[in-house]
Amino acid sequence: MASAGLEAEQTEEMTVREAIRETLREEMDRDEDVFLMGEDIATMGGVLDVTGELHKQFGKDRVRDTPIGESGFMGAATGAAATGSRPVVEIMFSDFLGVAMEQVMNQMAKMRYMFGGKTEMPVTVRTTEGGGMGAASQHSGTVHAWIAHFPGLLAVAPGTPAAAKGLLKSAIRSDDPVFFFENKMIYEQSGEVPTDEDFTIPLGEASVEREGEDVTVVATQRLVGESLSVADELDGETDVEVIDLRSLYPLDTDTIVESLNKTGRLVVADESPLSYGVHAEVMARAVENAFYSLDAPIQRVGVPDTHIPFSPPLEGEVLPDGEKVRDAIERIA
Amino acid sequence: MPSIDLETETGRKEALRRMLTIRWFDTTAGERFADGEIPGFVHLYIGEEAVGVGACAALEEDDYITSTHRGHGHCIAKGLDPKPMMAELYGKREGYCNGKGGSMHIADVDAGMLGANGIVGAGPPLGTGAALTIDRKGEDRVALSFLGDGAVAQGQVHSAANLAATWDLPVIFLVENNHYGEGTPVEEQHNVENLSATAGAYNVPGITVDGMDVTAVNEAVLEARERARAGDGPTFIEAETYRFHGHFEGDEELYREDDEVERWEARDPIDSFAERLMDRGELTDEGFEELTTEAKATIEEALEYARSAEEPTPEEAYDDMFAVEVPEITSFAQQLRADGSGPKGGER
Repeated sequence: MASAGLEAEQTEEMTVREAIRETLREEMDRDEDVFLMGEDIATMGGVLDVTGELHKQFGKDRVRDTPIGESGFMGAATGAAATGSRPVVEIMFSDFLGVAMEQVMNQMAKMRYMFGGKTEMPVTVRTTEGGGMGAASQHSGTVHAWIAHFPGLLAVAPGTPAAAKGLLKSAIRSDDPVFFFENKMIYEQSGEVPTDEDFTIPLGEASVEREGEDVTVVATQRLVGESLSVADELDGETDVEVIDLRSLYPLDTDTIVESLNKTGRLVVADESPLSYGVHAEVMARAVENAFYSLDAPIQRVGVPDTHIPFSPPLEGEVLPDGEKVRDAIERIA
Repeated sequence: MPSIDLETETGRKEALRRMLTIRWFDTTAGERFADGEIPGFVHLYIGEEAVGVGACAALEEDDYITSTHRGHGHCIAKGLDPKPMMAELYGKREGYCNGKGGSMHIADVDAGMLGANGIVGAGPPLGTGAALTIDRKGEDRVALSFLGDGAVAQGQVHSAANLAATWDLPVIFLVENNHYGEGTPVEEQHNVENLSATAGAYNVPGITVDGMDVTAVNEAVLEARERARAGDGPTFIEAETYRFHGHFEGDEELYREDDEVERWEARDPIDSFAERLMDRGELTDEGFEELTTEAKATIEEALEYARSAEEPTPEEAYDDMFAVEVPEITSFAQQLRADGSGPKGGER
């Protein structure tokens, strides 16, 4: 079973935002080829204040404000990665990936394969996802399922500050294109983060954040924390195991199967549209690999195939949260 | 030092030799495609040889290029070997891309060739990225992106050009205006007379040259290269040329008249360059015949190489996706190949 691996480490409490910022700082210090590019990331510090201050330390050559032209700068990052750079691109809101998708799907994802393995593609794309800020449909989307679905791209989505650090380090050091999805509602969430500058989490490894015997909740991003709170609330009633999926592609089938062999019940909680996505993939792996362990219908918690609306009562209706995870657990516990 | 110096007689003959090599490579590729030996589809560069050769002659060995659908000529002009090129067209393991790319994706990153491209307009952002690496590492090289007239309509071309101009990156955008974007005339796709006018939007030089004249293309690229190396940023060059064949082999060419094709064929870039060399006393009819024979022999050898090269094994379809091993690919491949039995559930 994979674990968070924190036991023997020196740790420091920090938020997800701080963990990402410090990771970028450490990796830029470690490797001259690493540089950041994106809209308003230098002087303005990025709209979600992740990259603020970094340009003062590294200069505007390594923390580059781009024009508002995602197709051009995503393509430039792709060409730079193919020629020996290690760019870390920030896409301000993941909805804007639509503007850059040609370079993502036909160039970045396919060059290595089309060229017979004769190039590497060491690019990291950081982007923010999710609703909860009243930002409406074009600034609240969750698109990680498309990226995870597309061959040639790796996709990760941390649910804790430690996962944010370990996965971002692995992403930047990887010779493959990795998309790093940050849920915008968890930047202030804090937790213990290993201080070791070489602390990495392998891409493709989930984490059992809480052990339990009755129901497995496989969660991502914001829903990891919400599921852990629900598990605490249900303590003594239903013994809930919570897995932070962390890596969407590759996906850690073994950890899910091992948990199901114990609990026999599965809830999948991910803030993305329910059809054809992360939920469906986790369920497929469960059915393919742990069919005889399942004791109840699998439940999924996500966005009911709508866009994210603006008005708070509408947004609250469609966004998954702890209460919806709790309802799902109770339907099968 | 440019890779071919057209100021010298040796350089001029080398340029002519490369143009002839391109002509025979593509003539042969077209014939073998018609025979059904080459799968997929091929887009030939015949008629446009002066652009690729003139441009690549002005580059140095370690400069980068990005290419288009019509990339065979760019590859040969950049110095790639016709043997693994032809093997790639045949889908053989010895091809430049191990048979995974085919005609539209030939690449040799080590030789600075960042790929032919099946997406119209996708090369300029990649060339801009190569120039970004050059700029960041302080290297003394440049990137040149070939694009067609049709690509000038693509948003990503403008997004990349704006970025390159704003950051003064060492990249050259070379528009090969062959007068048709697939089957639609250039006049019906753009509202400007010269596509080099695009440069005005980025406050960089934009020039139009005769793309049937290898020397004119060469001079323009040499100047753009100096500008790029001096830190003055990109140049837009439009080379007016013409493709003698259709958009793809088998294209019925319903969109143009025979007399138009004949008018352009009368300006054949190889014949006119050879005539100039003869006028200068640098080439005889026999010399031209010899170069032609040599080019044909080179391509015949490439064809034999491609025909006798090995097919990749079906299992190689799973290679080269990622630098790391991804368990999904391995396990799905195993399921597919395990007599259709698939997983039985329970323990993996």
